[in-house]
Amino acid sequence: MVKRKVSLFIQCLVDSMFPHVGEAMVTVFDRLGIPLDYPSGQTCCGQPSFNAGYQREARKAALHFIELFEDCEDIVCPSGSCVSMVRNHYPELFKDSPKMQERARAVGKRCYEFSEYLVDQLGVSDSGATFKRKVTYHDSCHLYRSLGIDRQPRVLLNNVKGLEFVEMKDSTQCCGFGGTFSVNYPEISTALVDEKIKNILASGADVVCGCDMSCLMNIKGRLSRLGETVEVAHLAEILAGSEK
Amino acid sequence: MNKSFYRENAKKAIADDKLQAAIDLIQDRLGKGILNLWKEKPEMDELRNRVKAAKNKNLKNLDILLAQLADSVEARGGHVFFAETAEEARLYTIELAKRRHVKLVVKGKSMLSAEIKIDQALVDAGIEHWETDLGEYLVQLDEDIPSHIIAPAVHMNREHIGDLLAKRIGMPLSYDPPTLTLAARKALRRKFLKADMGITGCNIAIAETGQVSLVSNEGNIRMAGTMPPIHVALMGMERIVANMQEHKDMLQLLTLGAAMQKISTYVSFNGGPVAEGCPDGPQEFHLIIIDNGRSKILADETFSEILNCIRCGACLNVCPVYGKIGGHSYNRATCSGPIGAVIEPLLNGINAQADLCKGETLCGACLKACPVKNDIPRMLLALREKLAYGDEKWAVEQQNPLEELAFRGVGAAMVSPGLWHTGEKVVRAIMKKKPHQNNMVTAMSGPGRAWTEDRDLPPIAEKSFARLWKEKLENRPLPAEKKEGSSAKDEGEEK
Repeated sequence: MVKRKVSLFIQCLVDSMFPHVGEAMVTVFDRLGIPLDYPSGQTCCGQPSFNAGYQREARKAALHFIELFEDCEDIVCPSGSCVSMVRNHYPELFKDSPKMQERARAVGKRCYEFSEYLVDQLGVSDSGATFKRKVTYHDSCHLYRSLGIDRQPRVLLNNVKGLEFVEMKDSTQCCGFGGTFSVNYPEISTALVDEKIKNILASGADVVCGCDMSCLMNIKGRLSRLGETVEVAHLAEILAGSEK
Repeated sequence: MNKSFYRENAKKAIADDKLQAAIDLIQDRLGKGILNLWKEKPEMDELRNRVKAAKNKNLKNLDILLAQLADSVEARGGHVFFAETAEEARLYTIELAKRRHVKLVVKGKSMLSAEIKIDQALVDAGIEHWETDLGEYLVQLDEDIPSHIIAPAVHMNREHIGDLLAKRIGMPLSYDPPTLTLAARKALRRKFLKADMGITGCNIAIAETGQVSLVSNEGNIRMAGTMPPIHVALMGMERIVANMQEHKDMLQLLTLGAAMQKISTYVSFNGGPVAEGCPDGPQEFHLIIIDNGRSKILADETFSEILNCIRCGACLNVCPVYGKIGGHSYNRATCSGPIGAVIEPLLNGINAQADLCKGETLCGACLKACPVKNDIPRMLLALREKLAYGDEKWAVEQQNPLEELAFRGVGAAMVSPGLWHTGEKVVRAIMKKKPHQNNMVTAMSGPGRAWTEDRDLPPIAEKSFARLWKEKLENRPLPAEKKEGSSAKDEGEEK
């Protein structure tokens, strides 16, 4: 069977702050023998503007994205919220133009979140990784509630050699990031991330894993400020692990 | 940043351990309960969709249904008054009370009565009034406002209540819930026996039969609607179903959403004064059907969905933000939580309630919990759009022109990769000059300052992924092709 080519959709946050997460994805796909490309000219899917109410700006970003990616076979992104933006919100942004809406839908249909793509599209449950740590998992909001993805990351984690998986309490509770919310209402955001961290620490895990760097940046930023030693890792980083 | 009432109150609420413990309790039990119910009983989905469809249909036929309801109520000997504004509803009630020389009013729990500010109107008219729902009664004694749609006194613990009742109704100090409840009950019974008028809300009005149904667990609403000689029911104009079958469906969702009950302890059907063969009830029944801004919401297809709300409060019980800031932080609006964040701006001004529109994380838990699947996150986004650009129809002034400028700048970069990566370089250079600890930036200025008040910020990487791809990844040596299936096990092994 000819393997479909995967085009990497590396969201802005990973591109600029966490490029190693993108590299980890490359490692995982290489191990699985999946052909890759990276359409150049990627910027941001427009979600920050969209969530703050700036839909005109979001629409422009969406158009840029669609033009860049519409000839790709499969599009895979290491972020649930960015995929939810493309899949669920792009068509809404173009509701006044049936033609554009159709183009948005077509791209959205081929746009997958990383763990979803591995498990549901490629049928992978064991990525071949080794990671000898105790890991807990944070369900990010849009991944879990808008895309309905919660089983896939757990399947992948549970099949990593050496990894001990523990659930935390209220893993699906929001970490308090919420884009501009985190800087407009920092006291509420902090109260939420503190509760998340309380649950992470109570799980006894050494590493908190997630599929959205925005949440993980929030959690990591607060852990760092509190002087906690629990590490954060994107799922791709763990799946890329090969320590013996 | 301007002083924000929302933020100031949020801070206080977050620091209030008693409040936090109380909200945790209700969210743990009811919030998780409703989410689990929908998850574990997917067959309930059919009921939820059926109710939503009925509500949508009824909103489309609202004029016809309301006319039918009015006819049915009048046929039962009741009176119907359509109030376009809160003021009209207040005037009607007060004039009626004055005409009948009403001195004491007992109230059944009603959010709408708070919305139209009937209490102050009664006070101004020299009419004594008492809330009879235990939680509302406590809140009234405390001269406060409710902090939850169905659990108005959730912010009080038993010590608070014991002290309050000792002070206000003169009972011996006790912190024993049954003792406290009995004392309140005794005090309330005296009010019921003396009351000249009962004012209640309306959970669901049934057009076909001309009845309003009222739901309670304490029986107080039944007494408020039957013991005094006059019963005034306040009804939001959208709270209507066509017939008893629709009523049954909606009632089920209401009591499940509100308290995980298959049915509440009391469901009362009030539909007119005493009549032959029907000796229990008031001498007079008045139904006030209130618009107060609802027509405007109905006329806007972006927001009309919110009129499907059955006011069960389930969204409050799952909202992480409500869970931290409590009901009083929402600018002390009638409705708090996710439903309040949408309905209050629409009823009371989007600019005035901007913090309610923007103060959520858009996590989507409310949408999952809502028995009628109201897409609250979608409506919050639509409200934010009005604040972002201004809006004539809703008379919204652009909230922050500078912010728009910033988003336009970033927006321009989003469609120009060159500009985008230049921006990245600039931010990297700025961040490099900021204090660091353990490879994290500890103090930012500008928009990042709020972030680093409580959190550290990872720096911009030396090389972006785009650059890494170009420099090394694009032409990386590929690992030897693995045999098909050697690393991928069957999915059957999943947990």
